[in-house]
Amino acid sequence: MNAPTTIPAPLGLLAELTHRCPLGCPYCSNPLALDQRVDELDTATWARVFREAAGLGVLQVHLSGGEPAARRDLADIVKAAREAGLYSNLITSAVGLTPRTLATLADAGLDHVQISIQDSEEQSADHIAGYPGASQRKRALAAEVVKLDLPLTVNMVVHRANIARVGAMVELALALGASRVEIAHVQYYGWALENRAALMPSREQVEQAVAEVERLREAHRGRIVIDAVVPDYYARYPKPCVGGWGRRSLNVTPAGRVLPCHAAEVIPGLEFWNVREHSLGEIWRASPAFMAFRGNDWMQEPCRSCALKEKDFGGCRCQAFLLTGDAAAADPVCHLSPHHHVVEQLAAVRENQPYRYRHS
Amino acid sequence: MTEQIAVPNSAHPRLPRGVRLTYNEAQGGWLLLAPERVFKADTISHEVLKRCTGEATVEQIVDDLAKTFNAPRERIHADVVKLLGGLAEKKLLELA
Repeated sequence: MNAPTTIPAPLGLLAELTHRCPLGCPYCSNPLALDQRVDELDTATWARVFREAAGLGVLQVHLSGGEPAARRDLADIVKAAREAGLYSNLITSAVGLTPRTLATLADAGLDHVQISIQDSEEQSADHIAGYPGASQRKRALAAEVVKLDLPLTVNMVVHRANIARVGAMVELALALGASRVEIAHVQYYGWALENRAALMPSREQVEQAVAEVERLREAHRGRIVIDAVVPDYYARYPKPCVGGWGRRSLNVTPAGRVLPCHAAEVIPGLEFWNVREHSLGEIWRASPAFMAFRGNDWMQEPCRSCALKEKDFGGCRCQAFLLTGDAAAADPVCHLSPHHHVVEQLAAVRENQPYRYRHS
Repeated sequence: MTEQIAVPNSAHPRLPRGVRLTYNEAQGGWLLLAPERVFKADTISHEVLKRCTGEATVEQIVDDLAKTFNAPRERIHADVVKLLGGLAEKKLLELA
């Protein structure tokens, strides 16, 4: 059996409320062409999208961006998520979010806050963020989150400039009162792809960091949950990207386009529908972009006959396109891919060039 | 092999802020929603978790379950300790 007979119920909605952001992180996952403020969806449309999402089975909404606090109606958006019955995660840089606004968000029913921290060393952190003083503000806001008794996750994106300090970064998360920390090795899409040579760690650095995280997870069991996003350029098998295309999650851009994953717009020829013209249910069930890689009819060898095809779904479609030119190819991160040597060659290109910062 | 987190009889288990027990038809029943995570709660887990309000002690919860389901207390105690200890380790439960 190839085509899916039933379309699964999605679990998560990534709501990119805006692409505006005060920071310029060189690994930003936003697209190179950012949605403009004038095109952003209004409060009422987001509220409708949340109700439609809940109707589809979505449990959690991730309020993201850009910096979601750049939206003045953020408290109303949080309230709408709560009214729709969704569990709300705020994914914030913490810059531009005041303690007062945070308290209104907590009152509006916010469930969880995730703050990005760029490094345990403040000078390096501010350099990575491209924003002097960002680190101090983040630490101060983390304290406010804890004071409000909201659960705090610290998200740390790991790359060559900070990978030697994963241990110190987990210690910092603990000191800030986080109950969860994400150690996320850079994934090379969008701005990160532009900066790949400046961000790429060596295999030895990655192996050391992975071992260190394993050790810390055991050492801090019961005190903090450590989740890791693995560095896939050094993997043997690809990640089950977004839990499979059109299976678990959807992403709404600031201007209302609905994507199977945040990077999907890099794949040429995909037709994305917009919540201004269609209900979320119609889009989830029938939009061409969601249908494009559902099931496994689209797969080629070595995926088609692979025992893992229902586990990793052939990896990431965007990465397949970016590195092989064919979005239906096996993710070349897989050692079984005929293009795997491309990944090995790219991982070997490590240059100390200045970051190309995004500018919104 | 690491030891499981201790679950004293006198503890008052409760779901911390940011962890919610919820019912969802499309996802097939009771669920525990937590930061970036969702856990399916089977019938037994649901019966235990809905009693974790911070009011009752572990001992009282076990007594209540043994009475309600007319089941051996020791067996229930073992199941409850295993469930609550596992959740506490994942920071999904407070044992105040």
